[in-house]
Amino acid sequence: MNYRYAWRRVVNAVMLTLTGLCALVTVSALFLILGYLVYNGGRDLSWDFFTKLPKPVGETGGGMANAIVGSGKLLLLAAMIGVPVGFMGGVYLAEYGGKTFSFLVRYTADLLNGVPSVVMGIFIYTAVVIPMRGYSALAGGLALGVMLMPIVLRSTEQFLRAVPVSLREGAMALGARKWKAILTVVIPAGYKGIATGILLSLARVAGETAPLLFTSASNRFWSHGWLHGETASLPVMIFYYALSAYDDWHRQAWAAGLVLLTLVLFANIGAKLILSRSATR
Amino acid sequence: MSLPTRPAPAGRVRSFINRLRTGDEVAHLITLLFATSIFLVTALLVFELYDNSALPRHKFGWAFFVTQTWDPVFENFGALPFIYGTVVTSALALLIAVPLGVGAAIFLAELAPRPISDALTFIIELLAAVPTVIFGLIGMFVLVPFMRVYVEPFLKATLGFLPLFKGPLYGIGFLTAGVLLGIIVIPFIVSVSREVLLAVPVDQREAALALGATKWEATWKVVVPFARTGIFGSIFLSMARALGETMAVTMVIGNVPKIATSLFAPGYSIAAIIANEFSEATGDLYVQSLVELGLVLFLLTILLNGLARLMIVATAKRGTSQE
Repeated sequence: MNYRYAWRRVVNAVMLTLTGLCALVTVSALFLILGYLVYNGGRDLSWDFFTKLPKPVGETGGGMANAIVGSGKLLLLAAMIGVPVGFMGGVYLAEYGGKTFSFLVRYTADLLNGVPSVVMGIFIYTAVVIPMRGYSALAGGLALGVMLMPIVLRSTEQFLRAVPVSLREGAMALGARKWKAILTVVIPAGYKGIATGILLSLARVAGETAPLLFTSASNRFWSHGWLHGETASLPVMIFYYALSAYDDWHRQAWAAGLVLLTLVLFANIGAKLILSRSATR
Repeated sequence: MSLPTRPAPAGRVRSFINRLRTGDEVAHLITLLFATSIFLVTALLVFELYDNSALPRHKFGWAFFVTQTWDPVFENFGALPFIYGTVVTSALALLIAVPLGVGAAIFLAELAPRPISDALTFIIELLAAVPTVIFGLIGMFVLVPFMRVYVEPFLKATLGFLPLFKGPLYGIGFLTAGVLLGIIVIPFIVSVSREVLLAVPVDQREAALALGATKWEATWKVVVPFARTGIFGSIFLSMARALGETMAVTMVIGNVPKIATSLFAPGYSIAAIIANEFSEATGDLYVQSLVELGLVLFLLTILLNGLARLMIVATAKRGTSQE
């Protein structure tokens, strides 16, 4: 009996240690990635990277200013398309929704959220790029915007639901209409969470590459206008530069990767900090 | 309870008009419109994929899925090598990610003190936020040489008698893509599984411990089975991610449309061929064959996601009720 008990103790210790190791391995993956990016990208990150256009093929140097501005343009468009739909839909689910219909909206949103991003690219290609006869910033923004919709919808709903019912009741007891209570009391009470949700969703689509490959595509100069012409973006540039045969381009891909990752991680850490601070208050 | 300030409206039409005038019905309808547009977008997505893949569906029929040739010159298209590559790399990814992810989730939910668990979970969730093109970059320049120089020779020396580990070592190929995919999906398994494990009532653990179980026995024989459905949900969720993952796989799988038994051999996946060839495809049949591949990928992930969400809802009352 004692022998068996000892054996069980050993199994206990071994397995629990193993789970700890699993956690350790997983966590260290992030630090490895981060460390390698900083080490490799940091060397080649210079002021030129942010201010200069890519040099013609074969010349070294130059930067990715057009891709940085292009990413900004795409994100702005995505926000203009995705945020209103997601936000208003979230308000509906949290404030007006019934049972079955709301469940269907939520479920569809979750499914839409799980659609592979490359499929989203095909969708926008057939629905927008072909009718408009060419790649454009608008098409890229639409692809990212559609990806944004379900994420913003779910996070908006979640944070509105966290607003206490007593606030709504208080506003309505003072004679406010329901819409006025929502607009002036409920949404301001939940705006911090909603804003961080939007920030997080933007950080997520900022790194998407696959939906942009054949919607906004890429180029090596400034792209003017929104409706026509290829628009470069950081993730797509990283992809093309990494697959190229030039060492200089590889170095720039690392630098671009570092910039992109820094932006995304800062947005994430910032959002988490804001949320945890408002949760403890 | 009635509102005495308003005159009682006669009939539903009057009441509707009244609410319309005061703004409540307007706000309701506007938000409803936006909520409904989620359906519209999804319906349009399905329609576009279906409508734009009519040509290969009529020409090849079901043979599309069992044909091995991919020949743009003679316009003969078959999806089998890509389906094979997608399935093999995803299976490898899960083989790596499930034990690691569930193990880490058990540690975070059952063992680690709450502040440490929260901090580690935060870091793991940051890992989920890393853009996959960056995983691809790391994969190309770090993982591929590492696999070629260390891991693959080791596997060949120890398990080389299996057909899975034969053939020349390139570094790029199914194995490397699977490992990279595994790293990408681990955070999803960890964060959902941990959530599901934390939702298991404390009584369950206490009862097991009171009966004399060790901590591990209580966890493995009581808590984990209790959360089983939710953990499977998280696995399905990450499987859907792995199937649809594009950039990282495209950068390390080798992009050769061949079926090979060896895991060291280069291959191709559905998402990778779309990413590589879609913008350069010429001819309607070529383009539409790629769209049909996209449709296949879409249906697969929808199926897995649909199942996963229901399973997570069933255990944790979570998943679809809040993200």
